[in-house]
Amino acid sequence: MSAHIFSRALALRADSLALARGGRTLAGDLSFRLTAGEALVVTGPNGAGKSTLLRVLAGLLEPAAGTARLEGAGEDDEIAPRAHYIAHAEAQKSALTVTENLEFWAQTLGAAGGMAPREALAQFALAHAADLPVGYLSAGQRRRAGLARLLVAPRPVWLLDEPATALDAASQRRLAEAMAAHLTSGGLIVAATHVPLGLEGARELQLGAAS
Amino acid sequence: MGALVALFVREVRLARRIGGGGAMGVVFFLILVTITPFAIGPDLNLLSRIGPAILWIAALLASLLGLDRLFQSDHEDGSLDLLRMTDTPLELIVAVKCLAHWTATGLPLVIAAPLFGLMLALDGPALGGVAASLLVGTPALTFIGAIGAALTVSLRRGGLLMAVLILPFTVPVLIFGVSAAGAASGGTVPFWTPFLALCALTLGAMALAPFAAAAALRGEG
Repeated sequence: MSAHIFSRALALRADSLALARGGRTLAGDLSFRLTAGEALVVTGPNGAGKSTLLRVLAGLLEPAAGTARLEGAGEDDEIAPRAHYIAHAEAQKSALTVTENLEFWAQTLGAAGGMAPREALAQFALAHAADLPVGYLSAGQRRRAGLARLLVAPRPVWLLDEPATALDAASQRRLAEAMAAHLTSGGLIVAATHVPLGLEGARELQLGAAS
Repeated sequence: MGALVALFVREVRLARRIGGGGAMGVVFFLILVTITPFAIGPDLNLLSRIGPAILWIAALLASLLGLDRLFQSDHEDGSLDLLRMTDTPLELIVAVKCLAHWTATGLPLVIAAPLFGLMLALDGPALGGVAASLLVGTPALTFIGAIGAALTVSLRRGGLLMAVLILPFTVPVLIFGVSAAGAASGGTVPFWTPFLALCALTLGAMALAPFAAAAALRGEG
């Protein structure tokens, strides 16, 4: 599915990360090392810090302590420019068509070696809606259009926050296929989820309840 | 570079689509200019004397319209998070968004100003002076406004707070803008003195505001 091959030397490394939101500590001393082709599933009750962990990995929040970086990525070891971040909001403009949105993100995130927007939409069975404004789509279709972004701009690290939200069974299967293909080509996935995503052989990180 | 061009195109396209508010500024500008003669009466001499000031105040208020959404809509739909995850510095992204916003909302004001000036009985040199001073002055309003827009990005009703925050900082632009526009049709001050000061204000705002706005956006997390 994904033709792009990522460097096998890449490894996502977190060293004694501590997460805080609004001055409240959510989790402390998280350390893990994820190598190429590996997936990490983050679970835990609401408010345990799953989304905060992903935002810290994406470089959008400063950790309360510790570091997270991407080894083997060259001199600067920042994760953000090499990562996709799928969050609750789809980052799509409802006045633009699905293709216009995807083309914009492909150009902005760097599309060298990625799929054409239409091809990526076909992977999520959304090719028929390519020329519709995003405002006309249902929640599940919007989510699929958002996921197609993963394929138009190849980036080795996928940070997925509840990626299966609003997806029907067939779309969840397509997402699982896309994730499997990404891992096969040497990608890394960190996914926060409440439902099984169909990631085989994924490691698990359980975050505790909010205190 | 390609990413910045794509961002510029997206911003202008969004402003021109339904609900983008690109044309609203000009309509608001027209309404402000139209109601002024009703308020102060049909005295042509008085109108032509205060015309440049009215056009500038109207342009200042019109350029505030939609400015509060400059970063807010990208913040709400998650686009801002992704823009922060590119190799492009956030300061450049802010600058390009400001330039696109000015192209979609400020430039139409500049083009419409000479036309609306006719309704305030301005003569030829004054019309030219107003248009020239708005052309170099309105980008400063957009860039200064971007700081306020970035500071209020997560507030749902941040528009009024943004206006209160930034209007005091636009006073120098207003002073030199009106005085350049007025000097074009005669007076004791040569045109170039206030005009060049206005240019300097705009260049300063363009150089400094992206850093302030980007810092505010980063602090938002």
